[in-house]
Amino acid sequence: MLPRYLRRLGLCPYGDNTGSEWGRLEPLEGKYLLNFHMQIIRVENLVKKFGAITAVDGISFGVEDKSIFGFLGPNGAGKTTTINILCTLTSPTSGRAYLNGHDCSREPSDVRKSIGIVFQDSSLDKDLTARENLMFHAYLYGVARSERKPRVDDALHFAELSERGDNLVKTFSGGMKRRLEVARGLIHRPKVLFLDEPTLGLDPQSRANLWQYITELPRKHDVTIFMTTHYMEEAEVCDKIAVIDKGNIIASGTPQELKGIVGGDVIYLKTENNEKALEEIRALFSADASLKDGEIFISTPRGDYFIPKIISRIGEKVLSVRMQRPTLNDVFLKLTGKEIREETAAPGDAIKETVRSYRRRHDRG
Amino acid sequence: MIEANAVYVIVAREFKKFIREKSRLVSTIARPLVWLFLVGGGMSRLVPAGGGVSYIQFIFPGILGMTILFSSIFSSISIIWDKEFGFMKEILVAPISRFSVVVGKATSGMILSTLQAAIILAFFPFLGLRIGIPQIAGVILVSAVLSFSIASFGIVLASFYESYESFSVIMNFIVMPMFFLSGAMYPVKLMPPVLRFFTKINPLTFGIDALKNLIFPLVEGKMSPDFPLLLDVSVICGTAVLFVILGGKSFERQT
Repeated sequence: MLPRYLRRLGLCPYGDNTGSEWGRLEPLEGKYLLNFHMQIIRVENLVKKFGAITAVDGISFGVEDKSIFGFLGPNGAGKTTTINILCTLTSPTSGRAYLNGHDCSREPSDVRKSIGIVFQDSSLDKDLTARENLMFHAYLYGVARSERKPRVDDALHFAELSERGDNLVKTFSGGMKRRLEVARGLIHRPKVLFLDEPTLGLDPQSRANLWQYITELPRKHDVTIFMTTHYMEEAEVCDKIAVIDKGNIIASGTPQELKGIVGGDVIYLKTENNEKALEEIRALFSADASLKDGEIFISTPRGDYFIPKIISRIGEKVLSVRMQRPTLNDVFLKLTGKEIREETAAPGDAIKETVRSYRRRHDRG
Repeated sequence: MIEANAVYVIVAREFKKFIREKSRLVSTIARPLVWLFLVGGGMSRLVPAGGGVSYIQFIFPGILGMTILFSSIFSSISIIWDKEFGFMKEILVAPISRFSVVVGKATSGMILSTLQAAIILAFFPFLGLRIGIPQIAGVILVSAVLSFSIASFGIVLASFYESYESFSVIMNFIVMPMFFLSGAMYPVKLMPPVLRFFTKINPLTFGIDALKNLIFPLVEGKMSPDFPLLLDVSVICGTAVLFVILGGKSFERQT
């Protein structure tokens, strides 16, 4: 009611009559906020502490309706904790999270009806058939009796598992299980589908198939996708990305915008003595160069012209040289000084372990 | 609040899985029969009959109780498996109350255990017992309430454990003592006072005693039931309500 009223007063910036561009009213600290951007998810100063460890450190962001939103970061950065708060599985230490206009910590039931989730680890019952798993979900979410069968058939068809519907899930491949889980998450027609590392442990071909399948979802099912991944190349499909590290969002924007941070092309250089060569390059070209992972990393607007220049000046010391158009991996490298897939990061593992044991003691699962 | 859809589908899932797992059905039926005929049959040679009841007849209600105890606990402990293999997450993020989950799990434990108890009950003619239709109905009813109570107790137990390694701890330190301290194998009235105290805080004792009251009500002497039927039924009904509420609370804590 109130948005219509505000439109009459000329307060809505998007004045078309489709209604789709309309803002929504959402509660904010005792007042109301007119959310003009149709943000289906809105997070404000979210903090989550597990004992002495701060897993999420005051993050804020919004996700537009019917978009694909990527939440990127290394293991232990706070991705899963944030998802758990949005899914009402964990309550935040402070701050607010709204999903489809509902407060995630105060109206968990409304939030749960609005979301579908595909967890990092499979949550299918392997001793039931694909159809039974889907039926279970339909009952659990109170799908109307007349709708159950058509929706389950539809989901099987969409997951390309129509012929395997009556086979036990334990006979399925990893890719099939994932597709089934995504289709299951859509049975109750949620507003937001969470995908936590959807391609983890899949072979490259299944991964490619799954991505094709996922990118069709917003158009086919009117759903917003909120995904996490640490395969940076997979995040290219996102409309918007937020990069999280050590519980903070360190950058956000479209994939193109983020690549702009790197500043053009990237040249990787290996020399006989990297430290010495780095100083020389800095002195000679006043270029933006740094040393990362045993290679000199130079970002420059036109790499193809820059390589000959380097070779002509310090060519005899260069062992190898390669150039890349910027990828999201470079963005991450630039922002954090480390590869996103570095799994040896011991402090991160320690944090994860502490958080797990804290959960075991305080949350029990 | 309890969602009927959710309770129904949780029960349907357990039932389907039970039907599919033939080995589980065979072992839950075989265990009580081994105890009844091998232990009971052997001990009958050693223990003289009392008040017209032989030892093998005496332990029959106890063996029914054993069937219910094992199958109810096993059914509830499947929650630990569900946690381990991730399926519990699917249930926990659904828009249903935790209490529906507990009632669903306890109801599936009740149905499966009562079914198995009924199968064991069908062996009564081989023991020379004479049981009428009203008694059979009574036994089934008591079995159902007792199963619900013990399945709910199992849910409370399951909430304390995260992985299936804990299964043997539960079996050895909770289930087996519960069985031996229930008057299933020997009358409560013959136990030393310390053990008698433990049998009196064990809900299974009253469930088995109710079955004794139903199966051989008129027996006198040391093989006779230990408590009045009314007390037995009150205790198992009371503990059923108590444990299902505790189960609900312990589940709420997990989110």
